[in-house]
Amino acid sequence: MAFPADYRYTREHEWIKLDGNQATIGITDYAQNSLGDIVFVELPKIGDELSVGKTFGSVESVKAVSDLFAPASGKVVAVNQELTNAPEKINSDAHGAWIVRIQLSDADEVNKLLSPQDYDKYVQEEGGH
Amino acid sequence: MNAVHRRTGAKMVDFGGWDMPVEYSGLIAEHMAVRTAVGVFDVSHMGDILIRGPQALPAVQHISMNDALRLQRGQAQYSALLYPEGTFVDDVIVHKLGENDYLLVINAGTREKDVNWVRQNVRQFRCHADNVSDYYTQLAIQGPRAVDVVGKLTDVDLSAVKNYWFTYGRVCGLPNTMVARTGYTGEDGFEIYIPADEPTSTRVWNEVLAAGKEFGILPCGLGARNTLRLEAKMALYGHEISETINVWEADLARYCKMEKGDFIGRDALDRAKGEGVKRILVGLEMIERGIGRDGYKVFSESGDPIGSITSGSPAPFLKKNIALAYVPPSYSQIGTVVSVEVRNHKIKAQVVPTPFYKRPKK
Repeated sequence: MAFPADYRYTREHEWIKLDGNQATIGITDYAQNSLGDIVFVELPKIGDELSVGKTFGSVESVKAVSDLFAPASGKVVAVNQELTNAPEKINSDAHGAWIVRIQLSDADEVNKLLSPQDYDKYVQEEGGH
Repeated sequence: MNAVHRRTGAKMVDFGGWDMPVEYSGLIAEHMAVRTAVGVFDVSHMGDILIRGPQALPAVQHISMNDALRLQRGQAQYSALLYPEGTFVDDVIVHKLGENDYLLVINAGTREKDVNWVRQNVRQFRCHADNVSDYYTQLAIQGPRAVDVVGKLTDVDLSAVKNYWFTYGRVCGLPNTMVARTGYTGEDGFEIYIPADEPTSTRVWNEVLAAGKEFGILPCGLGARNTLRLEAKMALYGHEISETINVWEADLARYCKMEKGDFIGRDALDRAKGEGVKRILVGLEMIERGIGRDGYKVFSESGDPIGSITSGSPAPFLKKNIALAYVPPSYSQIGTVVSVEVRNHKIKAQVVPTPFYKRPKK
């Protein structure tokens, strides 16, 4: 599995991509693969405040629910409405199918997240149980 | 057979102490293959108990709720083992192999308990109960094209094997193999019982996949098995049936033959019938966006807690979010609107007829 080099990652399997003071957030390919067929995404609303480490929505596959945890704090400026009718986009392109875009309140939080190399190492250990 | 499953790309999961494939190519694709074409499941985790001896029939009658006297040789029936309270030890398929010879197919998670319970309760009869679970690999080939796939691998005349009947014949070159027209998917299909050794199991598994290729066969895991049985409203132990739920509540009266004579649990069920049930199993369909899942609470429209979901999931074939739940009989009427608490939100659902899915008649 190749994790994009310009993203940062959480141990809860979200990715975040910086774009100036804004960032887009999604779940990793490892996460979609573990969940299986995704059938439902619960999105936050534009204007909601995300706080780092707290849940802001959920992703459901046929067999399980998985909370979404904010990789960083900030105000929601856009949500990917396409996922409401086509949640399976996350299965086919997890690193492209973004879930929310936020206005970062503290860009420094992103620097504390896992690098692609560290995340890759982390999921290999987790998958190896 | 774990080596072959892993090579096929299966995701494995611990299931009642068994390392089992939960899905291969994807739960939805596997589910749809079974509804529209054919799928194959390794269900070797299922247990098998042989009851043999001159009093095998009275023993089976004593420990199970259906009427085994109605079975002919080569016929099977859905039944259950009950506690004296009329609640469930397990649900089983009883196969009549011969006049003094019955095979009970039991669940994996309850195997130990079932075997001990059966041994204890047939003691007074002249018969022997043997746990033969480890002798067989059980493969389930399910779906409208299952008959075509199995037909390529056997000399058995499958058209003569009706639903819930079984026979013996050569399968993949293995003589005297039991072939039963049974399953847990709500679809036509077969379950075959082959020797449990790894090379034989792997060979047959691969031959089934090869024979099914032209019909679009997919190897299927426990995930699809669960959604298929849920659409067909087939009970799962620990969910719809358990040691605290009785036969009337579980809506399984049609498999419980009170008139056949005494059996374990009958007296309690007789009393319970007079008292009426306090809860009953119903089918729910979510009306609002949201998925009701196992354990989620059910509320009346006015907000009173009335019960909980035993199994709930998106239904891949029906493309609805469905659930089975226990509610008081006053809420069991078709069309009754209730709500399900889905992660702090109340989502509307309504009581619908079950089974949710019924296979089209040919």
